Amino acid sequence: MDAPAIHGALAAAFGDRITGADLAAVSPFAIVEPLAIAEVAAFCKADPALAFDNLMCLSGVDYPKETPPRMEVVYHLFSYRHRHTFALKVQLPRESPAVPSVEGVWAVANWHEREAWDLFGIAFTGHSDLRRILLPDDWEGHPLRKDWQDPEYYNGMHVKPTQQMQERALGGEPIGVGPFDFTPANRSQEEP
Amino acid sequence: MSSTAPWISDWDGDGLDTDEMVVNMGPQHPATHGVLRLELRTDGEVVRAARPHIGYLHRCFEKHAENVDYPGVLPYADRMDYVAAMGNTLGFALTVEKLLGIEPSPYVQTLRVLMAELQRIASHAVAVGTYTMDIGAFTPFLHLLRDREKILDLFEWTCGARLLYNYNWVGGVSHDLPDGFLRATRDMLSEFDSVTFPELLDLIIHNRIFVKRIAGVGVCPRELAIAYDLSGPNLRGSGLAYDLRKDEPYSGYQGYEFEVCVGTGQYGPVGSCFDRNWVRVAEMRESSKIVHQALDRLEKMEKADVHEKVPKRVKPPKGEVYCRSEAPRGQLGYYLVSDGNVNPYRLKVKSPCFTAMSVFHNLAKGMMIADVIALIGSLDIVLGEIDR
Repeated sequence: MDAPAIHGALAAAFGDRITGADLAAVSPFAIVEPLAIAEVAAFCKADPALAFDNLMCLSGVDYPKETPPRMEVVYHLFSYRHRHTFALKVQLPRESPAVPSVEGVWAVANWHEREAWDLFGIAFTGHSDLRRILLPDDWEGHPLRKDWQDPEYYNGMHVKPTQQMQERALGGEPIGVGPFDFTPANRSQEEP
Repeated sequence: MSSTAPWISDWDGDGLDTDEMVVNMGPQHPATHGVLRLELRTDGEVVRAARPHIGYLHRCFEKHAENVDYPGVLPYADRMDYVAAMGNTLGFALTVEKLLGIEPSPYVQTLRVLMAELQRIASHAVAVGTYTMDIGAFTPFLHLLRDREKILDLFEWTCGARLLYNYNWVGGVSHDLPDGFLRATRDMLSEFDSVTFPELLDLIIHNRIFVKRIAGVGVCPRELAIAYDLSGPNLRGSGLAYDLRKDEPYSGYQGYEFEVCVGTGQYGPVGSCFDRNWVRVAEMRESSKIVHQALDRLEKMEKADVHEKVPKRVKPPKGEVYCRSEAPRGQLGYYLVSDGNVNPYRLKVKSPCFTAMSVFHNLAKGMMIADVIALIGSLDIVLGEIDR
């Protein structure tokens, strides 16, 4: 099936819970109401004409500058039986993004959702094991958000160059730790 | 106490359960192919449950990509799957080209296919070589690394790098082939076809010890493979003949003759560790066929400017695209969102090793600890790509 037919099948089954679509895009997608996503996902997999048995990718995206500011979760689907692809999207409020998990439909979603939680802070309700996956367990914050600021300290270690260090480096002063000096000895002063 | 303790040969395994113990395997374990930590809940030698911990090699690829321009992403992409860097940059270049709506010249596409397939041979050589080392045979590893060196020499001759090439650019490739490259590649391949490959089959694949060791271990049924989105040799090892080079061709793959190799279960159940390795080895032969055909084409083709279609400024229109390609380890997908700027707004990588690792706990349940090593190696994971 092509993208308009897939969108038609979804719209026929779910009506106004499919809130939008872009079928002319390079990778066509439909926008789904967040609370309906688990049902839509189960339908996509079970319906014999759609038969999306494979979740290729699940990604979070942050759009702080849109009105209203939002987060998106994008599901890229593929069917091994019919060899067609489609994408679903949910749009979540940026303040407390939460969406039902689709882990029960596609098992691979477990790790993808953990990654989206880790890097974006999107909560997946009903997820069996929502822990951080790539970052350390004691990490604070979600770095792929667009308003992310690097922390000054991590576990008591200073991890960000201070203003003073930056000024000294730009001024050409050697920066070392303790008695060590990492400036090469033979560096000439009149380098081009 | 009665004196009728059962003979070991009569014992059915009941009544001697021990307390469970949690064993940490890794992150500095040589058989975990990088820095992977496994928590194994064991009962004696049997694994009752497993929990992988990843992220030790996380280098913020996706965050970096948002802060550099498109050509600047390519060297970072190289560093994801560092055993098969050609495939990473090819996937990224294809993604951006799809959004830009450009297609490189046939000459460039042939170069890309040539390099991608040479890389596939080199990558599978490492995969099978380290696998034999994991399960206790050291010599084949040295043989295969020796053969891989010859391919790396060709890469070095072309673009100056042996591991991280930055070769596939958006719209082109970085360097044209040097004079004499075609002939040298032919020589390398004729040795591969007539000596290396038959030796590989004799020494490893049809070796009785190798077959007996892994033919029934780590069986991944087809439904499980699809549910966990396995791809590449792991999926085809489970008996599903799906290869993007055949089913969704890109870069002119439709013009090459080759077969999609699948696991047939010739020595045990379909989808075992043996089948995954068999698919890799069989794919090396198919890749060799493709390289021969690419060389035939290049001999007849006029040399063209490999930078002809490279845009001065890569600035895709506003939009988004999901594009996947068949890297040596499986389907490598890029989800790219562009806001019309010179750097990506969002770049997500679907790594085939990431999904292969996510099925691990399912397959490891009930295994012996020694078989866990055999399983990890057969999934052929590269932690650089899992953690990104």
